[in-house]
Amino acid sequence: MTQDNNKSLWRRMRGAGLGLMVVVFVAGIVFWGGFNTAMEWTNREAFCISCHEMEENVFKEYRNTIHYSNRSGVRATCPDCHVPKDWTHKIIRKIQASNEVYHHLLGSIDTPEKFNAKRLQLAQNEWRRMKKTDSRECRNCHNFEYFDYMEQRSRSAKMHQDGLGEGKTCIDCHKGIAHSLPAIEQEIGADKGGVAPEIFHPPAAPAE
Amino acid sequence: MKKHTRHLILALVATLGVAAVPVSHAADTPAVETLRGRDVAEPELDSKVYRQERDRPPIPRDYVQQPPLIPHVTESYTITANFNKCMDCHSWTRYKESGATKVSITHFKDRDGRELSNISPRRYFCTQCHVPQTNAKPLVNNTFQRAEGLR
Repeated sequence: MTQDNNKSLWRRMRGAGLGLMVVVFVAGIVFWGGFNTAMEWTNREAFCISCHEMEENVFKEYRNTIHYSNRSGVRATCPDCHVPKDWTHKIIRKIQASNEVYHHLLGSIDTPEKFNAKRLQLAQNEWRRMKKTDSRECRNCHNFEYFDYMEQRSRSAKMHQDGLGEGKTCIDCHKGIAHSLPAIEQEIGADKGGVAPEIFHPPAAPAE
Repeated sequence: MKKHTRHLILALVATLGVAAVPVSHAADTPAVETLRGRDVAEPELDSKVYRQERDRPPIPRDYVQQPPLIPHVTESYTITANFNKCMDCHSWTRYKESGATKVSITHFKDRDGRELSNISPRRYFCTQCHVPQTNAKPLVNNTFQRAEGLR
């Protein structure tokens, strides 16, 4: 009798355990799927320009550039350049973006005037990020290992081979290609208080 | 009443007649055309129908004191208060790295004749004098020859 009871208790516990595992497993799938769907929902251009700051300033500038409109119609959208593709780096960038939400609520850059006042700082943030990752987001589409220097114009063929030989990365030269530049100090006329020449054209890294 | 209506009709006919005269007159004079074969009243041709010429070595000058022509594509290069794209390669601090022609030292002089340490702000707008080349062909023949000393 007691043996019988023990057996049925054990069986019931095992059944409950199995049931719990199935529930957790399914909930996990639903949560994971939902989490990633929600994250991808914020990874669309339509989401980026749903806030006035992006639509009024950077998006309008970007519409005049080759990454928006070109002969073949291949486009880069905001997240293609500004959000890493692989999951770990993406989630880190998304956590950092909470600061952007905070400043959206504060209205730190909600007019073109306020935006331009901060452009120097904002541009340098992106240049620093690109430099740190060896222009990772550029390389999602552009891979210099497949450059055909015969097809490039003479100036770009020379500069690409020189620059890559010196260990430079895309952002070292290609600044302001999708958005307007902040003031760059070129020492013509009065001091503009702009980006220093050594930041705009960082010297090549010393050879190792 | 009847007389009144007749006057009104006559007046209408006269007005129409006067209005019709310039129209019929315009039909038998040839329309004035531009050198490009378009009616003068039409809007200008979109400059985008011409393509800028690809990079090539410096273009020889045709006359004394000619501002050198730009022998490369300048599309998407801008000159703004924030940044002068030309000077990013052609300035004295940048030309060695970029391999570009350096800007003439005559451009360092301000309007009062004082020498500055870099180009004068009055020379900031490079494309006022230096122009890129397109594939547009000359519209009329001419007998222009390069200045003798430059041939």
